[in-house]
Amino acid sequence: MNAGTPAAVRIPLIERVTDAAISGFLWALRIIVILVVVIGSYLTLASGRYTNNWLDFIVGGVVLGSIYALIALGYTMVYGILRLINFAHGDIFMAGAVGGYFTAVALASVDFLNGGVINAIVSVALMMVVAMAVAVVIALLVERVAYRPLRNAPRLVPLISAIGASWTIEYTFRGFLGPGIYAYPDIGVLLENVPVPFQLRWVDLLVIVSAVVMMVILYLFVQRSRMGTAIRAVSEDKATAALMGIDVNRTIEVTFAVGAAMAGAAGVLYGLEFRQVFFLTGFVPGVKAFAAAVLGGIGNVPGAMLGGLFLGQVESWGPTLFLAGLGVPAVNQLRDVIAFTMLVLVLVFRPSGILGERITAARA
Amino acid sequence: MEAQAGALRSPEKADFGWRPILQAGLIGFGVTVYLCITGIVGTFAERPIIADVVSLGLTSLLLAYVAAGYLGARAAGVPGGMRIAAGALSGLMAGLGPAALVLLRQVVDYRGFAIQASPALFDLLTFGLGVAGVWIMPTAALLIGAATAAAGAARPAIRRLVIWTFGSLVVLGLFSPLIRVPLLNSPVPSLGSTLFAIQGLTIVGALVTVLIAVGGEEFVRWLAPRQRIAALPARRRQALTGPALVAGLLVVAWLPFGFTSFFAQVVALVAIYILMGFGLNITLGLAGLLDLGFVAFFAVGAYTVGLLTSTGEYGIAHWSFWAAVPVAIVMAMIFAFIFGLPILGIRGDYLAIATLGFGEIVRILANSTLLLPWLGGPQGVLDINKPIPVGPTDPLAGPNQIYYIALVCAAIVAFVSLRLRDSRLGRAWVAIREDEDVAEALGVNLVQTKLLAYMLGAAFAGLGGAVFAALIGSVFASSMQLYVSINVAALIIVGGMGGVPGPIVGAIFLIGLPELFREFAAYRYLFYGISLIAMMLYRPEGLVPSRIARRELHVEPKAPTDGAAVAAGETTAA
Repeated sequence: MNAGTPAAVRIPLIERVTDAAISGFLWALRIIVILVVVIGSYLTLASGRYTNNWLDFIVGGVVLGSIYALIALGYTMVYGILRLINFAHGDIFMAGAVGGYFTAVALASVDFLNGGVINAIVSVALMMVVAMAVAVVIALLVERVAYRPLRNAPRLVPLISAIGASWTIEYTFRGFLGPGIYAYPDIGVLLENVPVPFQLRWVDLLVIVSAVVMMVILYLFVQRSRMGTAIRAVSEDKATAALMGIDVNRTIEVTFAVGAAMAGAAGVLYGLEFRQVFFLTGFVPGVKAFAAAVLGGIGNVPGAMLGGLFLGQVESWGPTLFLAGLGVPAVNQLRDVIAFTMLVLVLVFRPSGILGERITAARA
Repeated sequence: MEAQAGALRSPEKADFGWRPILQAGLIGFGVTVYLCITGIVGTFAERPIIADVVSLGLTSLLLAYVAAGYLGARAAGVPGGMRIAAGALSGLMAGLGPAALVLLRQVVDYRGFAIQASPALFDLLTFGLGVAGVWIMPTAALLIGAATAAAGAARPAIRRLVIWTFGSLVVLGLFSPLIRVPLLNSPVPSLGSTLFAIQGLTIVGALVTVLIAVGGEEFVRWLAPRQRIAALPARRRQALTGPALVAGLLVVAWLPFGFTSFFAQVVALVAIYILMGFGLNITLGLAGLLDLGFVAFFAVGAYTVGLLTSTGEYGIAHWSFWAAVPVAIVMAMIFAFIFGLPILGIRGDYLAIATLGFGEIVRILANSTLLLPWLGGPQGVLDINKPIPVGPTDPLAGPNQIYYIALVCAAIVAFVSLRLRDSRLGRAWVAIREDEDVAEALGVNLVQTKLLAYMLGAAFAGLGGAVFAALIGSVFASSMQLYVSINVAALIIVGGMGGVPGPIVGAIFLIGLPELFREFAAYRYLFYGISLIAMMLYRPEGLVPSRIARRELHVEPKAPTDGAAVAAGETTAA
């Protein structure tokens, strides 16, 4: 063994060539993305066709982003504490939306739903409570059955179990609801415009305000309360937390419950905003909210909020701004492509996300 | 939880507790209610096991009672009468589920909240007697629970006989349409009509089945083939392998002709999925890269073959299938290279999401107006010729040739992946799967090695897509859904990674069976989801794992430990 001599550690030519090819490729990717963004934006703006739409796009982006942010919180908290991508989280969001739907139907059937402003507020509050309850129950069930027994298993095992949990929830609801799309009952007052100089409905305002309120509460809960401290301690180091007298299992349960409650509420907001729900409603928002969580730096609570809002913005005006100028037809079909591309770009070029430093711990 | 798990695991413990029994009953109750309101009972009722007597829907409820009785008896932990009483109690509780649904319906019409709670379901649950029949289910459940508990205590021989009999009834009942048609065309058509109804067994058929099952069980036990073969001297055992192999191959080759033409189509599809399963086996099973975007490469292969061979609107070359396949494979590998290069630096679970994103990107693009002029969007690429142009009556017509092509390809892929597994590259993959840092420290070039695994997997996905295009004769954007990735991933996870039999078994169970029972398509992915969780909990190495995977992944359930020790274990795992 002459491992100490320089000759032994010389990197073979083929590896150097591939390494060069890889970094060249990554640079080409960067340049292409930047070129598409810059040229596309320039051409779109220069065409002057969309001058009136940008404010609408931004409002739409804030609404969408608030919902993503709420869902992303659940991903980020669970990932922070268990290092597990809770694949079923998007479906828990869907369960919340379905719970809210049935509450709304029940309220509509007793002629309560559309009886003025007070009724609307009470209805929405009730819908949220039911949705949160449904979501929390399902999330705790999933945690108990599919995740807890696998906490010591190799990482791929709980991930696969999470995917299984996702399909189980989806197709349980498929059985329960049938394949059809359910239209959320209209709450008349919510669909009227807020008296501001741009297009903003009350429902948009409701989504934004309730999302902000919930995020503030959550932030205070995680940073200030005893349980929040326990959650942070457990995500930092389970063994030490347990030695300090923290009930690890209970802390994890609370984390799941809080994340699910946020997702359930987001489900109702989503339903009110987009006014439909079916058994696969959770899939695409779920993946995108995960992207938002990664974008903000997974494991980082303010990061998830920021990432959600950012993704909402890019998704809202990105297709038009970047692609319409390049002559791409029907740009809105490609919304999801932009969101997924952004996820991949973040993972490749800045895996720690906007605010993340926890990622280094997560990767270890 | 911990204490209760301990009670469940030590039946010799003499203290008799009510709580675990009630818990088992409660689980049973939940399961039966679940089976009813998700529509499983109602939908499966359309599939008789014994015509006009027992349907699959009813069987699902009966199985739930059996399970509840079994769990209750196990929870009781004591031998004798109390054990049977415990089984009866938890069985009864399970049986109260349907009864509760029926009674609730008397109070309030909740169909607006549970569309499956239809009058037909209530007819089923009360055996058509209305509220008057509400007692039947709980009573039956009580008896079944007690019987299960009693059978559990009986001699193993009797237990095995019971399982064997009921198993063969269910299997024969389910597959009866498949067996009936060839029997009707056989020299003794009356055999088909007496034993089998159009769907399900006749009562005569059921009795015959029971007799054969009992006799067969005795016969097999007398024959004891495994022990006999094991007892043979090594040379004679080897001499047996050749003929056994030939016989097996003949059966496999005969399969598409044995039954209906629909069955031929299904076996062709199964063969394609076996082929793709072997492909993903390299990416996931060997290198540990969870690729949920397999459909992207499947789509690339399918569209390449479609565009190159189609004689329709979007065809660009009118090539033959055989010329197009290598191009399809190369294209899939090029796409894998482009996708893989940036993302393979990412670890484990992030990779799953990133690849999922790729799958979606490809699907959306295939469906988009942007690529409509080239790929045909939702209308797709039509008129793809079969690889071997033969007349409609030729034995190689239709799906049959695809079946053979896919099988040959699968065999090649299996051979390649086995040889790779035992090569230097394969060991590098396994090293990466086990621990990237250690692998890198040992001189494995991570990106290069992972990229090779990813590209090889993609090549086989592209091949699968190419054969699929030939099977269907057209390529639609709507065929390129996420479920292709899901199917392939699920089948090798359930079947078992790393070896040859795993993907085969997985494809038969997860592709073949659901295709044969198309009417249950709505519950297919529910079944997948539950089986994935169950596999991860009880058998993470898969149904038929390779020897290595079994050794690596199978962990014997450990005795429950206190919180601190569990937490300590977690940190090492993380």
